[in-house]
Amino acid sequence: MVKVLLWGSLADAADGQREVQVEAGTLRELLDGLGGNFPGLRAELERGVSVSIDGRIYNDAWFTPIHEDSEVVLLKRLKGG
Amino acid sequence: MALDDTKKTRDFKVIGTRPDRPDGIDKVTGRARFGADMVLPGMLTGRVLRSPHAHARIRSIDISKAEALPGVKAVVTRADFDAVPDDVADILDNCMAGEKALYDGHAVAAVAATSAAVARKALKLIEVDYEVLPHVTDVDAAMKPDAPVLHEGRQQETVPKGMSPNVIARSEFGHGDIEAGLAKADRVVERTFRTAATHQGYIEPHACVATMSSDGQGDLWVCTQGHYMVRNTCAAILGLEQGQLRVTASEIGGGFGGKTAVFLEPVALMLARKSGRPVKMVMSRSEVLRASGPTSSTSIDVKIGMTKAGKITAGMAELRYQGGAWPGSPVDMGAMSAFAPYDLENVKTIGWDVVSNRPKAAAYRAPGAPMAAFAVESAVDELAKGFGLDPLEVRLMNGADEGTKASYGPTYPAIGLKATLEAAKAHPHWSAPLGENQGRGVACGFWFNFGGDTCVSLNITPDGTVTVSEGNPDIGGSRASMTMMAAEELGIPYEQVRTIIADTGSLGQNEVTDGSRVTFAVGLATIEAARAAKREMCRRAAMVWGIDEEAVDWEDGAARPAGPNAGKFPPMTLKEIAAIASNTGGPIAGHHEVNAEGAGVSFATHMVDVELDRDTGSTKILRYTVLQDAGKAVHPSYVEGQFQGGAVQGIGWALNEEYVYGEDGILQNPGFLDYRIPVASDLPMIDTVILEIPNPGHPYGVRGVGETSIVPPLAAVANAVSAAAGVRMTDLPLSPPKVLAALQGRARTEA
Repeated sequence: MVKVLLWGSLADAADGQREVQVEAGTLRELLDGLGGNFPGLRAELERGVSVSIDGRIYNDAWFTPIHEDSEVVLLKRLKGG
Repeated sequence: MALDDTKKTRDFKVIGTRPDRPDGIDKVTGRARFGADMVLPGMLTGRVLRSPHAHARIRSIDISKAEALPGVKAVVTRADFDAVPDDVADILDNCMAGEKALYDGHAVAAVAATSAAVARKALKLIEVDYEVLPHVTDVDAAMKPDAPVLHEGRQQETVPKGMSPNVIARSEFGHGDIEAGLAKADRVVERTFRTAATHQGYIEPHACVATMSSDGQGDLWVCTQGHYMVRNTCAAILGLEQGQLRVTASEIGGGFGGKTAVFLEPVALMLARKSGRPVKMVMSRSEVLRASGPTSSTSIDVKIGMTKAGKITAGMAELRYQGGAWPGSPVDMGAMSAFAPYDLENVKTIGWDVVSNRPKAAAYRAPGAPMAAFAVESAVDELAKGFGLDPLEVRLMNGADEGTKASYGPTYPAIGLKATLEAAKAHPHWSAPLGENQGRGVACGFWFNFGGDTCVSLNITPDGTVTVSEGNPDIGGSRASMTMMAAEELGIPYEQVRTIIADTGSLGQNEVTDGSRVTFAVGLATIEAARAAKREMCRRAAMVWGIDEEAVDWEDGAARPAGPNAGKFPPMTLKEIAAIASNTGGPIAGHHEVNAEGAGVSFATHMVDVELDRDTGSTKILRYTVLQDAGKAVHPSYVEGQFQGGAVQGIGWALNEEYVYGEDGILQNPGFLDYRIPVASDLPMIDTVILEIPNPGHPYGVRGVGETSIVPPLAAVANAVSAAAGVRMTDLPLSPPKVLAALQGRARTEA
């Protein structure tokens, strides 16, 4: 299981939980698991999110490995200029 | 992919030097071809008719008289576009208005004609019947329950019920207990800050030339930060297959985020499709300011508590950004980055995305972050000064470091913030004396940096020169950087490599040139492509020598036997291997395709001295120093250029630049005379200090540097002006009338 930190307004969409557990070994499994376990998160997931894994930002690389002790933070989708 | 190269010490031969840029001669002699320079046989001139109203329902558009005008070959309105996928619906709506014109300058029709004069005349013959609607351009006014409404049904579920439909989304970040933290403070500062909308101010206006043939194939030459984005977006809007539309990026005269969107391109393609002729479209400066993307204007409440020893006990910010007429202001990134330079137990930010009757905000260098940093860094400065503390020491005491839980969630790996603060403290600028009417300001800034889809193809020519093809327009010297990284990896001179920007038909998908990603991501792909070519060249040498390819190493531009057991053969240089490539299996190339995620975050500290004219309220920048972590500076001159450019744009944002709307919702200053960006004579030489804390995610330790440098200057300048004026300045730009009013107000108070 991977522990995922949700930012404030996402926590509201996950029944107020700021940390949730998801069975996931990759980024894709993480996003699928979050959407499956927490329907309230789906709207935000569909709008697009970024994920910080051990301090590095990932957007779309589904098979980025996530370890059980990884720090995983769901973020609003990031965009640069 | 092995990304652990920075763990070993490496002596670079090309990286870190300062060769001439490969596009330099063309640019200084005028030979470089920018967007408006492309000419095709039979080409028509396209022009856009724009709304004179800030908000109006379009009852009807009569184009018959324009179509009948001799020389007019096509007239386009929204009726010419079919329904489009949801993800490009707002983009089309911005390029060509549908039911409503949503801002002054919104495109409502376009013509293609045999000359500019005919096109202009045709625009005057188009009759648009508008029902003028109430408008709103201010972010706080747009949030009021009785504000004129731009869209119904766009509000996200994150917004509490009962708010204006103009409030599109709410986000919240942070951790800890704000009230408990504030209770521990010896002083709490609570202020509201405002920033004006500013434009990226690129010198080259948007321009493109489009062709569309009857078999569905099209070509587009365009000035953009991302021609793959242009291809994909235009294909979706026009119902084309992406592979049938080839887009070639011209040289680009600045972008800074503002050219990461399409404005003219779908319209030019539609005009070309309808007329059967090539169509060129070039915006005027007025059109650029009225109808391409500025940044958000903002209104930000900040509340920060500090002990008298300088420890921040809690930080809170509520940020309201209007992003123009459609959802998508960069408020989330403002809310995430506002307190990112600090290690805080208690921190909370709330962001509100708001629409208003202004052009849709486009990205602008670290989108959303400079305004948030202005608010937070001003409040920190006020608290530090109020306790008589050194603002650099306060930032060192509270600054984020490796292991800090960032305000937006993650725990930082190795970062360079404190290194920039220590370097600032040691810099002679910090201890230099100040004169009368002068003030010094300091501020920190943070940016995320990105990677994304990237392709590089590297080809060895028969004579042993090397060509690198990449898919990102060169907006900051990236051809030089890629050339250097290829030369470094191959062990050959810089002059033996040439890098070009390939069209969309020549490489796979490439993310836009944004997010400070190119030197990081394209550099990574260039190095990997060079490594692939090296492996192949080692294999060819092994064939010639009759040994195993594993027994061949690549060093200093040549294949060499790996050790004494491999056999005694003289090194075979890249040129020698290239010369016999046909004999050993054919042409030699390397390529690499990757979604280069995992870019490292970046921090900077800026210091500035200003002098105020007490009679006019004008501010002169006396001295400015940028200190920033570059990971590894590939070409230090271009890193310095990025630092300096960000500082200068930030100075403009802080002092001069401002979208001024009249009561009628019409932009009052759509030209560079009235919208004033800083010019060379306004500024001292911007001093730079490059720090190099390697990014473990890049083979050479590179971090993006293009955006972070615009984050601190708004606050740094405001802190300096506040120090000189003796009044906390909270409303940007700090134009002479505002500074003069503050000075006079203080004089009255003292009297």
